Amino acid sequence: MKITFASGKGGTGKTTISTNLTSYLASMGENVVLADLDVEEPNSALFIKSTLKKTEISNKMIPKWEEADCTLCGKCAEVCNFNAIVAMPKEILVFPELCHSCYACSELCPTNSLPMTPSRIGEIKEFKADGFSLIEGRLDLGQEMAVPLIAQTIEYADKNFSDSIKILDAPPGTSCPVIEASRGSDFVILITESTPFGLNDLTLAVETMKVLKQKFGVIINRYGIGNNGVEEYCRDENIPIITKVQNDKEVAKLYSKGELIYPKIEHFKNSLDDIVKFIGGLK
Amino acid sequence: MKIVFTAKGDNWDSQMDPRFGRMERLVTYDEATQTLQTASNSETESMEHGAGLQTAQKVLDLNPDVIITGNGAGQKALAILQRSNVKMYVGAGDMTIKEAYEAFKADKLRTQF
Repeated sequence: MKITFASGKGGTGKTTISTNLTSYLASMGENVVLADLDVEEPNSALFIKSTLKKTEISNKMIPKWEEADCTLCGKCAEVCNFNAIVAMPKEILVFPELCHSCYACSELCPTNSLPMTPSRIGEIKEFKADGFSLIEGRLDLGQEMAVPLIAQTIEYADKNFSDSIKILDAPPGTSCPVIEASRGSDFVILITESTPFGLNDLTLAVETMKVLKQKFGVIINRYGIGNNGVEEYCRDENIPIITKVQNDKEVAKLYSKGELIYPKIEHFKNSLDDIVKFIGGLK
Repeated sequence: MKIVFTAKGDNWDSQMDPRFGRMERLVTYDEATQTLQTASNSETESMEHGAGLQTAQKVLDLNPDVIITGNGAGQKALAILQRSNVKMYVGAGDMTIKEAYEAFKADKLRTQF
């Protein structure tokens, strides 16, 4: 079982809920692993006391220009859909940050002057926490391609934790990184807040999930602020509301100290129970 | 001397575009023939990444001696531009093309490189 926590809008509580839920499931004896896929700014590890077990280097494949046989025909730059290659009068320039590793330039080069070679983009770390493991993908500074590292982090979890319930903490937004973090999951939980901003971005996230033909439900976080637009929308669209997490300053205080919420706040724990029950129903 | 301006319009009174990679139009003035030519750069609007690279290449294809712009080019575009002999002047983002040309002639613009 693999469940992705995504949102559309940033700051709605993906990490807060996924870290707490994972710890809560582990405390009930479930075999569970958490994967932090917000590789541009992973922060789940801040909220979980853990020790580093293992670090793997993450690479992506990029073309490397070999001058010897190149005729400077410019085919490589022409076929690159991502503007990662520029054909200059006397040389071919490759911009690795822009490369999507599609191999088009390399395969279509008449003189095989662009062999693909591995290039480091970040790290995958495995941490051991109390009763569960945390996998974290972290892009190196200056790297722009989150998708390959997200895919590799999921692959790492699949390979090393094949029997575990996998909780995936996705990045915000609705673009490629979120799609990569969502498309292989059994279910996606969209976390939103009951404000016009929350509703706007939830709508975009829902449209994305529909395109992916992905099953999904909604959690309304910080319930009690804003208006009832999100609830009306979910009712009209027949989207299940899994739980409503009460807006509570004490939750924010614990969060700001990097502490887990559910051991200290009863209503938050009750919301986790709603989620556990919902997930149980999916099996 | 051939000068490329990053611009929002087609004539001397048009506003400069302070952006390099995503400039709306390339305006080229050839001092030898005293002619003004323009080209659209609107295809960069839909590019998520790499607009600066494509624009830099397009500019170099015109073989200019000087580029006049506002904020200057980004790192990747610079990597390309610096492989040519072109000189880049910045700080003309709020001017019209005419004002930018006059400021350049009066040596009032900074060079980016």
